[in-house]
Amino acid sequence: MSQSVSSNPNQSFVQQDVIAPSRPPSNLVGPVAWVREHLFGGVFNTSATILIVLFLAWVVPPFLDFVLFDAVWVGTDREACIFNEAHPIVGACWAFIKDRFSFFNYGTYPIPERWRVDLFFALLTIAVIWLLKLSLPRRDLGALYAFIILPVVSYFLLIGSPTLGLPIVTTNLWGGLLVTVVVSAVGIVVSLPLGILLALGRRSTMPAAQVFSVAFIEFVRGVPLITVLFMASVMLPLFVPREFEPDKLLRALVGVALFASAYMAEVVRAGLQALPKGQYEGAMALGLSYGQMMRLIILPQALKVTIPNIVSNYIGLFKDTTLVVIVGLFDFLRTIETARIDPIWAAPTVSPTGYVYAAIFYFIFCFAMSSYARTIEQRLSKADKR
Amino acid sequence: MKKWVATAALVAGALMGASMASAGTLDTVKSKGQVVCGHGQGLAGFALPDAQGVWRGLDSDVCRALAAAIFNDPNKVKVVPLTSKDRFTALQSGEIDVLSRNTTWTLSREASLGLEFAGINYYDGQGFMVRKSLKLASAKELSGASVCVQQGTTTELNLADFFRANKLELKSVTFATNDETTKAYDAGRCDALTTDASGLYSERLRLAKPDDHIVLPEIISKEPLGPSVRKGDDQWLDVVKWTQFVLVTAEELGVTQANVEAMLKSENPEIKRLLGTEGKFGESLGLTNDWGYRIIKHVGNYGESFERNVGQGSPLKIARGLNALWNKGGLQYAPPIR
Repeated sequence: MSQSVSSNPNQSFVQQDVIAPSRPPSNLVGPVAWVREHLFGGVFNTSATILIVLFLAWVVPPFLDFVLFDAVWVGTDREACIFNEAHPIVGACWAFIKDRFSFFNYGTYPIPERWRVDLFFALLTIAVIWLLKLSLPRRDLGALYAFIILPVVSYFLLIGSPTLGLPIVTTNLWGGLLVTVVVSAVGIVVSLPLGILLALGRRSTMPAAQVFSVAFIEFVRGVPLITVLFMASVMLPLFVPREFEPDKLLRALVGVALFASAYMAEVVRAGLQALPKGQYEGAMALGLSYGQMMRLIILPQALKVTIPNIVSNYIGLFKDTTLVVIVGLFDFLRTIETARIDPIWAAPTVSPTGYVYAAIFYFIFCFAMSSYARTIEQRLSKADKR
Repeated sequence: MKKWVATAALVAGALMGASMASAGTLDTVKSKGQVVCGHGQGLAGFALPDAQGVWRGLDSDVCRALAAAIFNDPNKVKVVPLTSKDRFTALQSGEIDVLSRNTTWTLSREASLGLEFAGINYYDGQGFMVRKSLKLASAKELSGASVCVQQGTTTELNLADFFRANKLELKSVTFATNDETTKAYDAGRCDALTTDASGLYSERLRLAKPDDHIVLPEIISKEPLGPSVRKGDDQWLDVVKWTQFVLVTAEELGVTQANVEAMLKSENPEIKRLLGTEGKFGESLGLTNDWGYRIIKHVGNYGESFERNVGQGSPLKIARGLNALWNKGGLQYAPPIR
């Protein structure tokens, strides 16, 4: 029987085509199955899902009510946001943010000169995009622009220069977003190179460099930033004659930058130590000088593995800038705190609104930094997956 | 080590002394072209940047009046925002010329911190706020009441003293920050809220229903607030002191920002001396003789400044109370200009 089948393929009872595989049972594929497997795949999983959904149902609707549905969008003073018969429930008072928006951005920077701050923000944005977007052309020029031209131009733009026809705007007038951006930008830009130098110094075999780096790093890490800023603002003026006393903002900038550098140094050192010794020995065996070895072999790899830590350092630094309030500077958060106590806008929800606005602002910046770092990480990790 | 510290202190002292002694503050201010004025980091009604970022308030007006007297331009003020910790250092080190930052005049501050108070531009003191529904007329009826208070402040101490002195039973509920204290009171955690009276008025606006609350008339502590200057520069002290007196005198004589031009032709000898049309009082202070006129023209008199910043012209609506003129039941009194 079997022989006849194979010898005559035209017999009608033989299946000619390959049968298409039948679909798996409906409870194993499709959205329902996905939900079953991922959300309700066991006692623990199911209870976790239920708890989280309940939690979200408890938290999200009131938050949305406050931020969006009950919010007040227009108004010129507290009348718009107080509780009365016309509006017994008042959510976020966005009218307040709108009214004080320019104060949050510029602080007490003189109004006729505020275009200079706008121009600075624009120049900074160009620099950031040019440096960070890998597909843009001539990124070497971008680096020159961002690290040499921009700081010099910004200095004269923001401080002013009578010879260029820009009136001087002393830093005590700066405030809001401007101060936050300037302090964090300087901290971020200075801390990486300085941190690398300190990390190399710490691992160096030259005793002087090593002792200095270790002492600096350990001293700075052993003292809270707030203490250093406080010393700079309270003690320094007592010991330095009036004429040589550095500007308040400058004191804060130096403090923050040195601080960030010490922490950055430890992050970079972790990366240096993570590299196998063979990399160093291989580089030396090729006859590379110390500089070439670091520049071409060691640092690219070390920095690559430390990107997540570097970025979380930057994020921490960005948020730490709020501490400059200790020196009497009006950073972004401080301008909100100042505006919310203004009796013109005294209403029950004005303070929460201010803080929600601050939270959104800091979240956007920090999330942007971490997202960018993630894409860079993915790009660099392609080499490992090959 | 000890020797080293002593030497450092000596050098620092010498440098400070040198920078201070080199020129009087008034001359320094004139050569800088601006008055450097120490403010707080924002207090409603006293010194707070408005939406345009310009500092406004009762304390700001002191500095604006100084700038008006010296430069005939109230905007020649450089504001240095100071925390309560670094305010005195800033004055001692010469970073600021005048501290106008709702600072209470006390003996220890004047005796040991190297500063000199030039006057009192606001008589503050601790008060109580309660719900109208409690139908209380006096703080002495607060026996057994729970009182919300910020912890670790002199406010807490004054509260305990007041209740003990009046043999009242106190249940204080303490909170770490001002915000929490107000919120708790608004939520009904306590019957009364206590802090400085000026603060009570601004906190009241923050409540869900401001009109349901009243500030009781009793003031249980003395908090005279005023501008202060460095010790050892009497000329500058006089300038700040008499600028404040000009504001008060102008109110007493009915000279306002609006009628000051007309008042220049007044025959009243007191007004003539105030506005500088008679005598050389401004010059004897190191200013110009029309300094009084400049102050009123640019800033207004004390009453105008009060109403504009904390009184009926502002959302705070603080009653004049102790800050009324001496002949109207208050304490604001200026020695004669003559």
